Amino acid sequence: MNLLGKLSWSAIPFDQPIIMGASALMVLGIAVVLGGVVLKGYWPYLWREWLTSVDHKHIGVMYLVLAFLMLLRGFSDAIMMRGQQAVAAGGAQGYLPPEHFDQIFSAHGTIMIFFVAMPLVIGLMNFAVPLQLGIRDVAFPTLNSVSLWLTASGILLTNISLAVGEFAKTGWVAYPPLSELQFSPGVGVDYYLWALQISGLGTLLTGINFVTTILKTRAPGMGYMRMPVFCWTALASNLLIVAAFPVMTATFAMLLLDRYLGFHFFTVDAGGNPMMYVNLFWVWGHPEVYILVLPAFGIFSEVTATFSGKPLFGYRSMVGATMAICVLSYTVWLHHFFTMGASASVNAFFGVTSMIIAVPTGVKIFNWLFTMYGGRVRFTAPILWTIGFMVTFVLGGLTGVLLALPPVDFQVHNSLFLVAHFHHVIIPGVVFGAFAGYAYWFPKAFGFKLDERWGRRSFWCWFIGFHLAFMPIYVVGLKGMTRRMQHYDNLDWQPWLLVAAVGTVVILAGIVCQIVQLAVSIRNREQYRDLTGDPWNGRTLEWSTASPPPSWNFSLLPRVGERDAYWHAKQRARATQNYPASVEEYEPIEMPRNSAIGFVTAFFAVVTGFALIWHIWWMAALGVFGAFVTLLVFAFREEEEVEIPAEQIARFDQAH
Amino acid sequence: MTETRYDRAPGDASIPADRDEGTSSDVLVYTIGLVLAVILTATSLWVANTSLLWAPGIRLGLAVLAIAQMGVHLVFFLHITTGPDNINNVLALAFGVLIVFLVVAGSLGIMADLSEMMPAELMNLHMQH
Amino acid sequence: MSVAVAIDDVHREALASKSEAGPAPKRIVVAYGFWIFLLSDIVMFSALFAGYAVLARATAGGSTGAELFNQVSVAFETACLLLSSYTCGLMSLAINSRRRGATYFWAVVTFVLGAAFLALEVREFAHMIASGATPQRSAFLSAFFTLVGCHGLHVTGGLIWLAVMMAQVAVKDFRPTVQRRLRCFSLFWHALDIIWVGLFTVVYLMGVSP
Repeated sequence: MNLLGKLSWSAIPFDQPIIMGASALMVLGIAVVLGGVVLKGYWPYLWREWLTSVDHKHIGVMYLVLAFLMLLRGFSDAIMMRGQQAVAAGGAQGYLPPEHFDQIFSAHGTIMIFFVAMPLVIGLMNFAVPLQLGIRDVAFPTLNSVSLWLTASGILLTNISLAVGEFAKTGWVAYPPLSELQFSPGVGVDYYLWALQISGLGTLLTGINFVTTILKTRAPGMGYMRMPVFCWTALASNLLIVAAFPVMTATFAMLLLDRYLGFHFFTVDAGGNPMMYVNLFWVWGHPEVYILVLPAFGIFSEVTATFSGKPLFGYRSMVGATMAICVLSYTVWLHHFFTMGASASVNAFFGVTSMIIAVPTGVKIFNWLFTMYGGRVRFTAPILWTIGFMVTFVLGGLTGVLLALPPVDFQVHNSLFLVAHFHHVIIPGVVFGAFAGYAYWFPKAFGFKLDERWGRRSFWCWFIGFHLAFMPIYVVGLKGMTRRMQHYDNLDWQPWLLVAAVGTVVILAGIVCQIVQLAVSIRNREQYRDLTGDPWNGRTLEWSTASPPPSWNFSLLPRVGERDAYWHAKQRARATQNYPASVEEYEPIEMPRNSAIGFVTAFFAVVTGFALIWHIWWMAALGVFGAFVTLLVFAFREEEEVEIPAEQIARFDQAH
Repeated sequence: MTETRYDRAPGDASIPADRDEGTSSDVLVYTIGLVLAVILTATSLWVANTSLLWAPGIRLGLAVLAIAQMGVHLVFFLHITTGPDNINNVLALAFGVLIVFLVVAGSLGIMADLSEMMPAELMNLHMQH
Repeated sequence: MSVAVAIDDVHREALASKSEAGPAPKRIVVAYGFWIFLLSDIVMFSALFAGYAVLARATAGGSTGAELFNQVSVAFETACLLLSSYTCGLMSLAINSRRRGATYFWAVVTFVLGAAFLALEVREFAHMIASGATPQRSAFLSAFFTLVGCHGLHVTGGLIWLAVMMAQVAVKDFRPTVQRRLRCFSLFWHALDIIWVGLFTVVYLMGVSP
């Protein structure tokens, strides 16, 4: 009996120099960071304050760290693809063999969607929503930690696949029959499926957490129509998570059963139906993109209002548009497979719904424009990202409306036109939104602003680089180039792809600027220090706390009287010259206790996932058992909360 | 903290009062639910097996009975009511039902449409494998 | 300057509407969160249901539902699960009035009934597999075993949870944490019975009717 299942030394791709180089770099990077942390004695601090933290602010920051790290990996995939397609024209084969290229585009999509975009958005929601709602933490703080670490488990498994084994070669959607055992006998698809099942569970728990938090635990006086718009978009996004992720779980479970136990859900024989996978995948897949973009829209709303010095125009219609998008996003999914055999009536129905869903987004754009109109706009980095978004996203959205027409889609489905479209909405929408949120809330999280100059430089590199990289892709798509091509014969396409490669380099410069920005900001942090807690003259409650806020957020839970509560409080204080007197009596606050359960559960999740991928059954059983025991230990713990003494709170308030 | 007059936890029978629960009226609620559920189950079994009903109507009848029994469970076991203190729970349930409907009806509709569009000869080959 | 006092200095009367009432008590927050989880679980089942409904006729020359399903066994399974839902309700009443003896008693009854359901289902599966109707035989059978099996897995999980909860009652008595978790368990158990109603109607009863 083979104790290690399918695992053996041949799993390491010694014969592929590029992969070996990348793996070595990755392992070296991890070793250097871990080694540095341990040697400098930071481990106890890291464990106590971060790894076992159940504080939403820390969890939010950790999500963002994961996202930025994975952005580097996903972007490396992008550079490799653009590099390959720039040279592999005519008879040239480029430097990436097909088996490798296929893994790259699959990993690129998987990483960017699941391990960059999702953590960016979830991280920002984690950080800001409780502060904006005027509360101390989310409804289920320990569960929040578990969610983070399950996501990290998925990330770790995906990165292990670089060095041990392979990744899926099926594209990030993994359609059967290609993803079935018959045509993908290796471990690649298994890595994909288990990494996403594990992190998907984490995401689902986040959805439950935030829906409950937003609906049931807001500060006193904060009725629904007094909530910041970011919280409304967070609510819609998390409702969609709860509604859509279970479908992904079920679909991947069915594919896993096919692969592991020989079931016939999606096989080509014994009655299986591969199209059902396509259908169910996109039932999840379309709401997913709205899960990503809605919080970004919320960030743009906050940023626009704050830096225009005006309340957001059309609050009610913003809320209405958000909830309309939430519901409508569940009615359009077939537009992802117009060409795969449905009748004209069905295609027409979904084409119409896909066009309708553009309307509420249009409402939002007008509201943002009207917010800025008549305001005194301050052109900080967050506003630059917002304006860049508006200009770019509208065009990308228009190509979406084009694609919503089945006859048009029949011409360009699966061409680079499609690839250009979805990057044209996701990058300005989600990525620029996340960058705006990052710049906007960074001072709140860390106590000092980011360097504006390098922020501007990174914006312009991203903006120009994006257009250079993707406008040629539209052209080449219309000229007939299919997506995911490792090489091509038509030399007409090459000049455009060369320009696209240059654009990618400009985006790389943008990323470098962001790294430099962070380094410079840390170095100059005393100069950029935020002493008031309100560096932007903000409108919402998070700006009423110190920067960074204490673990308990608010010494006294705010009682909210109107929308933009903090703005009005400031106006009242100025008008009456009546600055709030210091509070006479502080009461001790009970906060949830830190817990290692998230980290330990994640450890067992990685063990279980890895074992299942390599068919090491005893190890998988141990992993599941370990996770169960961890849960029991947590369930029987005696101390659940930690009490923060009143004196500590008083001291903090007096110092800030 | 708020007063509970605004809100009820899902599954809570009523505002947790000081009175001792386990009184006969509480047990009665569960018992009525059980009896109704048994009746509905027995009826379903009969409907599925009888030849007395018009065949095409059997599926609809079974569906109606199933929905009725789910309702019995929701009302008598889970204490879901339409009162103002239960709105959040009902809204969440309605959202869930909407999603279930979209997933099931949407998928069935689409897959049936795809199947219909398949050429006949290929369909026969497919089914025989 | 940071604002150390409440933001809204204006004194307010008792709050006008529910949405302004502030954070709900933990009892409600936990139960509501679990309610949302249950809805997500039901969405997952609906995806499996959809798969089953699509593949129900894909028997690939193998056995059909009408040939395989034993309605007597299903009737007994339904009776066990339904009764266990009832006894779970009685257990909830005992918990609310903090009667330990009654809690244990009704918990054991619920457990036994749930285990009986599982035993009958396992026997049904074993019988089908022995006669060649394995999940690998056809898409219909794959879908059947997955849908019904997933429900059975949830029941199994529920039984393990019930056992752990009884251990918690023994160790921690009826403190608020334990009561909240028991409330979540009973929500879960009732939801499983609701799903079973859908299952036995769509899979078994519609499967055998002409």
